Amino acid sequence: MTEYDLSLEAIRMSGVYPERCMKCGKCSGACPSYGEMEYHPHQFVDMISKGRIKELMESDSIYKCLSCFVCVERCPRNVFPANIVEAVRTLSERRQGADRISPDTLTEFIDGDTPQQLLMAVMRKYSK
Amino acid sequence: MVYDYYPGCTLKSKASRFDISAVKAAEALGAEMREIPEWQCCGGVYPMACDEIAHRLPSVRALNEAKNNGRDLLTVCSACYHVLKSVNYDMKNSMDVRSKTNSYLEYEKEYKGETRVVHYLEMLRDDIGFDAVSEKVVNPLKELKIAPYYGCLILRPSKIIGFDDAENPVTMENFIKALGGDPVVYPFRNECCGGYAVAEDKAIAEKKSREIIECAKKHGADMMITACPLCMYNLKKYADIPIKYFTEILCEALGIEADGE
Repeated sequence: MTEYDLSLEAIRMSGVYPERCMKCGKCSGACPSYGEMEYHPHQFVDMISKGRIKELMESDSIYKCLSCFVCVERCPRNVFPANIVEAVRTLSERRQGADRISPDTLTEFIDGDTPQQLLMAVMRKYSK
Repeated sequence: MVYDYYPGCTLKSKASRFDISAVKAAEALGAEMREIPEWQCCGGVYPMACDEIAHRLPSVRALNEAKNNGRDLLTVCSACYHVLKSVNYDMKNSMDVRSKTNSYLEYEKEYKGETRVVHYLEMLRDDIGFDAVSEKVVNPLKELKIAPYYGCLILRPSKIIGFDDAENPVTMENFIKALGGDPVVYPFRNECCGGYAVAEDKAIAEKKSREIIECAKKHGADMMITACPLCMYNLKKYADIPIKYFTEILCEALGIEADGE
């Protein structure tokens, strides 16, 4: 499978059309994780449409997205950048042995107040 | 007024006071919350990848149950609300998700997103009305400056969630006013608290939560309210003012005792 095919697969999973993007940068301007990311939301949109998914898949940036949907809210072109970040992350985690947090390591962050909601979210966001 | 009620996992455990106070207050306001039988956890986060059909099934089962009962599906937790509403949107607007899900579930009649998903605050605002809530208040929350914290999931993306104006929401402010309280309007009320990222990066949750709390305090808040157990978890760790679920102050104002974890 070529990198371009892999990019197309992520685009298909995301269910959105990155070519709608008009490069206004509002997504990255609004992102609360901007300062933590190597690649920013607008770069995810741009790079994936050019077939450059591998750098994104190998970057920790995929774990910096908080799924707060600010980028989706402010995008004037309905690109849904968060869905593209999520698709790259999902594709990355679906590889065998690529779980970021597994049921075995789940206990490391649990304390007496941890809400069940967080456990569920972690199993969805960090493992497949 | 009878609603089908979807409590969600956390309201039956770590946030039981959120569940108990919501049910009791609704009762006092003439709304019955009938918990749907054998509901399954929504997963806590919406499965954004459109090929994740299995992750959408718990929501669809609850939505279809409410449809069969001829009632609206009521939620109190922001995260459940976000997931149920997003999945319902898919069932209405994505032929791919709808047909795959229905092929698997094999209901007698296809589920096509017919159910109305209602957040408890929408019930108060649109169905009961804040004026009617106000009339039932026996302990007005006077002299208390309360900062509503919306967070992300109850608001965004507004084109799908449609709860309120995502940039300038007013529902929680009007809710506080209805209880006789003084709402604090502050710019960080719809910023992210760090959410689930706290699991692997406590520093990001601390940074985001502290910014929100400091901003609320700077604008004069004595207390903050939330509709999300994960926001509660993150904020509470760093707050030196009380953080409450919005249903707790509702019970206080209505003179109802409600306990729980």
